[in-house]
Amino acid sequence: MDTTMTMSMLPTLVLAQGPVPELVPGITLFHYLAVSGIMFVLGLIGFLTRRNLIVMFLCTELMFQAAGIALIAFGRFHLNHTGEAFVIFVLTVAAAEAALALALVVLLFRRKETLDGSVWTSMKG
Amino acid sequence: MMMDQMMSSLSPSFAPVWSLALSGGGGGGGEGGSALGVLASLKEVPLSAMVWLIPGLPLLGALLAGLCAVLKVRSKLPAWLMVLCLAGSFAVTFWMYQQVAATGGSTFAVVHLFDWINFNWAPGKAFVANFSLYVDPLTCLWMLFVTGLAACIALYASEYMSHDVGPGYCRFFFAFGLFVFSMACLVMGDNLLLLYLGWEGVGLCSYLLIGYFYQKPSAVAAAKKAFILNRIGDLGLALAIMLIFVKFGTIEYAKLWPMLTQYLQMAAAGQFDQIPTSVQLIAVLLTLAAFGKSAQLPLYVWLPDAMEGPTPVSALIHAATMVTAGVYLIARTLPLFQISVAPLAGLEGTWFGFVSQISALEIVAYGGGLTALLAATIGMAQFDIKRIMAYSTVSQLGFMFAGLGVLASYGAAFHVFTHAFFKATLFLACGAVMHGFAGQLDLRKLSGVMWMKGWLIVGLAMLVGCLNLAGVPFTAGYFSKDVILAEAFSVGHFRPLAWILLFTALLTAYYTFRVFFRVFVGPKHYEPGDELHAHDDHGHDHGHGDKHDHGHDAKGHDAKAHFHPHPPGWAINTVLALLAIASIAAAFAYPTYFVKGLVDTSTAQVAAGAAGHTHVGGATIFGYDPHKAMYYISGIVGAVGIITAFFLHYLGRRTAATSAADNLNLGALQRAAQNKWYVDEFYNFTIRLPLKVLSHIFHMLDKLVVDGLVNLAGLLPRAGGAGLRPSQSGVLHGYAVAMAAGIGVLGLVALLALR
Repeated sequence: MDTTMTMSMLPTLVLAQGPVPELVPGITLFHYLAVSGIMFVLGLIGFLTRRNLIVMFLCTELMFQAAGIALIAFGRFHLNHTGEAFVIFVLTVAAAEAALALALVVLLFRRKETLDGSVWTSMKG
Repeated sequence: MMMDQMMSSLSPSFAPVWSLALSGGGGGGGEGGSALGVLASLKEVPLSAMVWLIPGLPLLGALLAGLCAVLKVRSKLPAWLMVLCLAGSFAVTFWMYQQVAATGGSTFAVVHLFDWINFNWAPGKAFVANFSLYVDPLTCLWMLFVTGLAACIALYASEYMSHDVGPGYCRFFFAFGLFVFSMACLVMGDNLLLLYLGWEGVGLCSYLLIGYFYQKPSAVAAAKKAFILNRIGDLGLALAIMLIFVKFGTIEYAKLWPMLTQYLQMAAAGQFDQIPTSVQLIAVLLTLAAFGKSAQLPLYVWLPDAMEGPTPVSALIHAATMVTAGVYLIARTLPLFQISVAPLAGLEGTWFGFVSQISALEIVAYGGGLTALLAATIGMAQFDIKRIMAYSTVSQLGFMFAGLGVLASYGAAFHVFTHAFFKATLFLACGAVMHGFAGQLDLRKLSGVMWMKGWLIVGLAMLVGCLNLAGVPFTAGYFSKDVILAEAFSVGHFRPLAWILLFTALLTAYYTFRVFFRVFVGPKHYEPGDELHAHDDHGHDHGHGDKHDHGHDAKGHDAKAHFHPHPPGWAINTVLALLAIASIAAAFAYPTYFVKGLVDTSTAQVAAGAAGHTHVGGATIFGYDPHKAMYYISGIVGAVGIITAFFLHYLGRRTAATSAADNLNLGALQRAAQNKWYVDEFYNFTIRLPLKVLSHIFHMLDKLVVDGLVNLAGLLPRAGGAGLRPSQSGVLHGYAVAMAAGIGVLGLVALLALR
């Protein structure tokens, strides 16, 4: 009932049928996007509510990957590989960036002996 | 022999010689070609290019003086170089005069030196102003006394300025030479632009030399005053030149005068309404220019103040030569004046309708006459002898303009000529007194100077000058003034002017001899001035050790107690004697028609019926011919003035400082004359004060409105920044929340928009 309703509401979201088989029948773009959205919101909530710099950083990674899922899902939906290729690059950059960011966090920790992000207010106007 | 070669080799450089088409343009009443008489008088004046030496030598002298300054010469070398150069210039001028006189008629030559300005923007449309010299009798007359006097006065200045030997001496002679060069450009230029160059050049040199004692605030103020007041006149000259170019398409005299022929014919026929108003306006603009340079009524106030300069400068620039440039300008452009009757046409039927009937010549005549009277009345009440001479210069210039205005152009030129000599003599005699008595110029503090040892020549020169200025019979000043007075009486509607001038002649005789009787004769008495041996203006040692023993550097009050006047040296005495003789000799120019001959064959000749001036043929004064009657009348008038001065200031003298004249209680009248009729105050109140108030208002407007707007433009972003600054908390979560909220809002907007 629900699915049919959803399907009827979103007829165009059915993944394209082509040489690539549909792994899980009945799973549409909508589901992927929903997962992506949930992940993004979780990451955002985490980022806004937590004080720990490492946790905040992890939350940004979560949002990052949510965006990646959305990209791949769209790529699959349109039956091209642009999204996937893009995500591979993003992952690479994210790896490098994670190394950099964690190094920065370590440096910040050394300065004030705490991981609390709210103690850094030197950019106050 | 050499001369012949020169002439033949240089003859191609001469521009073709045009005759003055004016010679008969108006004279014949505009009828037919025979009246024009153009071809009849077409003779070539054989002049070699030696003429360029006349402006060239003074310029060389100026450059040499400048070189002396660079080489730090501390001797009288620049003076001797300058005297040599000017004497050479005078010799060439004299030669030029002989060449012109030999041709004996209305001819002129244009000596082309080099192309100066030549814009050619369309066929037949060009603005040409070559560096060419225009040689005609009028040029000769002016250059004769300019270079002759300049040479004499340079010799005088070599001694007079001796306390300044060094950089100041070089600076003085540099400006002196530059002045003579500029004056030569003014007088000899063959186009109005070269005249303008000279006009501005003499103005600049006048400024430099009035402000010679540049550490003295009053000298600086006087220099600025002279320069700024002259700007008003110069504006008139610039506008006139532009208007001439617009109307006639040329500013070269040789091409300009023939174009005026038809207008002169119209003027002779009385058809002034056919001459375009804009052409008639040129003369009015030229009048403004002449009145500025020659210190006439609205603009005369700078000349008395110009006496702040060294006395040789006052004698040369502010008495003999530069201030006569206005007279020269009008004499040179007299044809333009003869066709100008209704400069302000279009006012008929309004309250100012009478203005439209006034000719430029009437403005010149009455401007000059009123200036003569006003300056004479001021001169009567002054105590500073140099200032009295300055006012008498203004007054005599007024006579010259009156002469031009009544179309007695040769009378005006003759008066310029004689005045140049006797006024230079008077100034130099006053300068000698000033020099010898440590800057004392107050006639109440000097007496009997002529009877002191070594002062006889100065006194005699002064006497000669005074006799000339007062118009004692058979002096040069008497003849030249008579011509103007008689002509004023013989032009019917100038009777009031003639009486004004006659009354002024009486005052002139009085104030001139007031100075002579008080300062040069009477009991010996003196008080030194405040420029004691250490000249406080420029701090040089004032010692004249070579002439007497009192040149040591005594200072302060002791110096005053031990002051001894030092009589002038040989240079000053020689020059005074020379000029006194020249002043007497100038009288012979009258019976020989020297000046009349020169003027009547130049552009300054008078065409019949010009500007509606009808010389009443049988005009009489007390039943006699004006020219004859004037000999007696002006002789009597001069005698009355001198006798009045004799009784009041010689017989009536009780002490050196007081005289019977002081008992004449004229009250407010005397005080007003002493304060120069409060003209300076009047100008201050009506022009300077409003300008000052206006400039303060504009200053405030600038400060409040313009600056305010600019500052507001700077203030707004600052205020905005201050308002937004608290939002930048610096806390990471604050930014994150704002960002999330922003995305939320964006999403909401997108949703609402997509619905």
